[in-house]
Amino acid sequence: MADPVRIALVYPTVLGTYGDGGNATVLTQRLRWRGIDAETIDVGIDHSVPEQADLYVLGGGEDSAQTLAVNRLGDGALNRAVDAGKTVFAVCAGFQILGETFLDGAGAVHPGLGLIDCRTDRLDGPRAVGELLGDSALDGVGTVTGYENHGGRTVLGPDATPFATVRSGIGNGDAAGDGAIQGNVVATYLHGPALARNPELADALLRRVVGELDPLDDAEELELRRERFAAITRAKVTRWRRQWRPPARQ
Amino acid sequence: MTSTRYALARTAGSLAAGLSRRTGRGDGTTVGGRITLALDPTALEHAAGGRDFAIVSGTNGKSTTRTFLTAALLTRGPVVSNAGGANLPTGLTAALTRDRTARIGVLEVDEPFVPIVSEAVHPRVAVLLNLSRDQLDRYAEVRRLAGIWRDALSRPEAPVAVANCDDPLVVWAASAAATTVWVSAGQRWANDTAVCPACGGVITRDGADWSSDCGLRRPTPTWTVEGTQVTDPDGTRHQVTLAIPGDVNVGNAAMAAAAAALWDVTPADAFTAMTLIDEVEGRYLRTSFAGVPVRLLLAKNPAGWVEALSMVPDHEVGVVIAVNARPADGRDPSWLWDVGFEVLRGRVAVATGERSRDVAVRLRYADVDHTRVDDEAAALRAATKVGPVEVLANYTAFQTYRRVVGDG
Ligand SMILES: [Zn+2]
Repeated sequence: MADPVRIALVYPTVLGTYGDGGNATVLTQRLRWRGIDAETIDVGIDHSVPEQADLYVLGGGEDSAQTLAVNRLGDGALNRAVDAGKTVFAVCAGFQILGETFLDGAGAVHPGLGLIDCRTDRLDGPRAVGELLGDSALDGVGTVTGYENHGGRTVLGPDATPFATVRSGIGNGDAAGDGAIQGNVVATYLHGPALARNPELADALLRRVVGELDPLDDAEELELRRERFAAITRAKVTRWRRQWRPPARQ
Repeated sequence: MTSTRYALARTAGSLAAGLSRRTGRGDGTTVGGRITLALDPTALEHAAGGRDFAIVSGTNGKSTTRTFLTAALLTRGPVVSNAGGANLPTGLTAALTRDRTARIGVLEVDEPFVPIVSEAVHPRVAVLLNLSRDQLDRYAEVRRLAGIWRDALSRPEAPVAVANCDDPLVVWAASAAATTVWVSAGQRWANDTAVCPACGGVITRDGADWSSDCGLRRPTPTWTVEGTQVTDPDGTRHQVTLAIPGDVNVGNAAMAAAAAALWDVTPADAFTAMTLIDEVEGRYLRTSFAGVPVRLLLAKNPAGWVEALSMVPDHEVGVVIAVNARPADGRDPSWLWDVGFEVLRGRVAVATGERSRDVAVRLRYADVDHTRVDDEAAALRAATKVGPVEVLANYTAFQTYRRVVGDG
């Protein structure tokens, strides 16, 4: 029997504020349910990221945690894994630190890991908080749903392409895109967690590691997705109603 | 004339509260307080009226600790308290306006309001329990809350801090106070304190001990908690057998006893008074539904869910998981994935509440057998078929269940 597929959950104690550790749970379980041996490695903040994992998952975190995490990752282990063709899935703060630069807690520009051609500063308006809906550029993933909660604006450079086109919500806050795709690195602002609310996205990532996959019965996820789509429509209708005024008489 | 203005504001507030109660819109506490405060912004200070206060704050355990401390201080005389858990300045103003005779007050205060309330009521003591992620759509960062507390405690005439030495965020905040009483009240949820709030470095842990390179470290407690035993500053051990469940509540009792000691209540008297408490506004309430015993447990955030799940007994019970995501709950239930629902494996759970679909997906990935039922009463009925039922619910879902079982 082959070695188990290893899902490395990178620094969950500092990059796990918004339930994003669930992404690793989803990946591992979707392999096991298909009879493929899989394990999650929780990487502690005192440790270097293991280079022999198959897929790396990073989540959201607070400003000071973000700086701590990127300083730890400065040892180059994650960059070497990406060079070796490994897949990385990063969310929110995890996304920002993979870019060229981001802002630290004090508002100073901080260098990122340079794995994505993007730079993050601050959104002009208030913090982006709420449901986020988009159409993913990844093959077979389709509509993606989640919850965003960030104050960052991320501008992509020419080497990166958006992970999704935003239909509702803010996302990167630039050119109606959310997240980024660059080689084997996939990043987004979606919490929820993203892979629990978008099982097709979870499988798209897993296919990069293990090839073709048997289908699963995702009835409960589909029901959750339908409810979230309907909630966004309901909220939009409420907003229109509030904003609607009778046309002025000529 | 400020005092005339306050008298008018107070009258208007109680009228509105009475109207709100009669029209069945609520218990009137918040609307009454809001009107009083709108008419006179210094109303809270006036309502405090130079009385002797303890305030209680923290992400979890506020209501229970407030109830414990109130019970202990009642041995000294009448106590005014914001029972009902309306813990914003409006609710506090209303509570203090209603009872103007009690000379001692025990107020639970929502975390960001600790500075405002301290300024207004000049408490003798601030009981600081813990800080962890909660309603991240509103408050964004836990460390910011710790900073707000720290600023409040560094002011001149700040209260004595009775503080949990096991929570690094609380320690960083409370160490700014001139006088601090440290209590080892415990911290089962350490996921928000991996990063040092003082320097942004790593917090290293060794058993209960923790430290950061910058010098922030676990202070030596003067009150220590081990299991159900509390050792007071004189070294006397007290066996604390509470009527409500959960190890965490022994820690809350120790915090309350340490605060009550500032009013010369002996630990023995304080703990005796606390053992009589068997529910806190419906939390831990034992009741029955369709002839089957039911217990209601409230859990508002990941730390609270971890504690609540630890209270579910091992034997055959039905478990209801009820989750809403209204503004009072926090709009984003992603935190469901921070909680180890895997401990429910081998049991049958019923998911309900407005976000029951999120719960169902979470339970699926935790390999917990479950069904999903939209209606809360129907969900409870379904769970009673398994055996006695533990209902675990977040804030607004909990209020629904109090109505379902006919309490409140
Ligand atoms: Zn430090």
